[in-house]
Amino acid sequence: MLSAAEIEDGLEDAMQSSEPTINISELSLTFETNDGPVHALSEIDLSINHGDFVSFIGPSGCGKTTLLRVIADLEKPTAGSITVNGVTPENARLNRAYGYVFQAAALYPWRTIGKNIALPLEIMGLDRAEQKQRIERNLELVNLDGFERKYPWQLSGGMQQRASIARALAVDPDLLLMDEPFGALDEIVRDHLNEQLLKLWDKTNKTVVFVTHSIPEAVFLSTKIVVLCPRPGRIHEVIDCDLPRNRTLDIRETPEFLEIAHRVREGLRAGHSYEDV
Amino acid sequence: MNTPGSPLLATVGRSQTLAVSVVLLLIIAIWYIAAIFLNTAFQEELYKRANRVEVSTEEFVTATLSQERPVLPSPHQVLEEIWKTTALKKVTSKRSLVYHSWITLSTTLVGFVIGTLLGIVLAVLIVHSRVLDKSLMPWIITSQTIPILAIAPMIIVVLNAVGISGLLPKAFISTYLSFFPVAVGMTKGLRSPDAINMDLMKTFSAGNWQVFWKLRLPSSLPYLFTSMKIAIAIALVGAIVGELPTGAVSGLGARLLSGSYYGQTVQIWSALLTAAFLAAALVAIVDILNQVTLKRMGLS
Repeated sequence: MLSAAEIEDGLEDAMQSSEPTINISELSLTFETNDGPVHALSEIDLSINHGDFVSFIGPSGCGKTTLLRVIADLEKPTAGSITVNGVTPENARLNRAYGYVFQAAALYPWRTIGKNIALPLEIMGLDRAEQKQRIERNLELVNLDGFERKYPWQLSGGMQQRASIARALAVDPDLLLMDEPFGALDEIVRDHLNEQLLKLWDKTNKTVVFVTHSIPEAVFLSTKIVVLCPRPGRIHEVIDCDLPRNRTLDIRETPEFLEIAHRVREGLRAGHSYEDV
Repeated sequence: MNTPGSPLLATVGRSQTLAVSVVLLLIIAIWYIAAIFLNTAFQEELYKRANRVEVSTEEFVTATLSQERPVLPSPHQVLEEIWKTTALKKVTSKRSLVYHSWITLSTTLVGFVIGTLLGIVLAVLIVHSRVLDKSLMPWIITSQTIPILAIAPMIIVVLNAVGISGLLPKAFISTYLSFFPVAVGMTKGLRSPDAINMDLMKTFSAGNWQVFWKLRLPSSLPYLFTSMKIAIAIALVGAIVGELPTGAVSGLGARLLSGSYYGQTVQIWSALLTAAFLAAALVAIVDILNQVTLKRMGLS
């Protein structure tokens, strides 16, 4: 394991150099199953710069979650190369370079919200005072101050997911990987959380990689939208989303927004994503 | 149960008490009828020997329920025997059921504690090593296919030969039975965390040890308590079985054995009921421990 100083050096190097935060080239991943090989990802080329908000969008089975899991070192690619902060995903994971938010909040039911957020901090071996400070700071960031002593079941689904975002942020990573974090929530809560997430991103200047299957969500949040298509999972198109940084939900009615949404929809259609629906 | 101000809970509590009472009454009624029928043959024999022909039904029934060595003693005979051998005897007396219960209970508890610890250790090894999973699990299952009555005397004899006697050999038979549900339940419990929770620990780059303490162990506790409830009940069975080949000196098993030597069916049944009561009490204690722990963890 690397020392804290080495990790900091690594982060600084990554930020100072013009090298992209994530660099993927000719990456493929094939799962061997009983029915023969499944090409989950094929020939992926992608680079994500520091401060980007990148969304992966595509129908189920296009490999968007798998690609995110490769970045997080939860899956190993079978071919090609990938670097995260200039090192292999495994080293990036050991450096705790990213925070990962899952589809479900995955809070431990026997821990209070505060203790759930403390979980990665305990694993990192931070002292009590530092833990307490980080818990407070991140609960405030996701507007959950005052809920530190509550158990997960005492919170609504949206609040639980916010707590899980606070837990990911508590590690103080430069990179936030989010796998359909709001997929299970109703639209009103989802809109609200999208707005909060955008503010958070603007405030903290983190790099975010976000998996979604909602076009409006992708356009609303992203600076870059990666359209994937299935069988084999591959990148169909990368669409720049140059709307202003401080967006509000109203922006979804503007012609610029609708134009980009239209391009994403066309991209998904052209990728034959709907052929067998 | 009857929380004041909560009519629903009170109703549920009342109806539950009612249901339990009805079943209890039914069992006692069936027991009495069975006792009359089963003891009839011997009673008829007695009257024939005494040359008594004219016996009223009332007298006959009363006689069947108060024989000295009935085939099936009546409930009041058993309760009377339990009362005489607990409340009316000094606890240090060899004829006190409290004394014998304590012998069996202490064996049970020692065997249960060792069995639970053994089960937990085996489960931890199995979960963390593929080789041990493949090699240990079949033997653990095989161990339980051997009838305990067959292996109990062997264990006692072998341990006596190496100089271990007294409580421990009997406790080992309890251990032999009680480690099994704990090993199986705990293995399942330690493997119960979802893939997503395991992935989460990986994203934090947690080591195996941290995953164990912070995720696997807390997740396994409900499973552990469930298997401990089974384990403590069969630990008692093990303790009783363990007392049989030791020459029936003391313990509930000894009472059962000496009762059967001398045809003391009342004594057998009183030891039997005491054992059942003891098992129920032990399971209830584990259950309370379970509820308190899970409540403190915020799980219930």
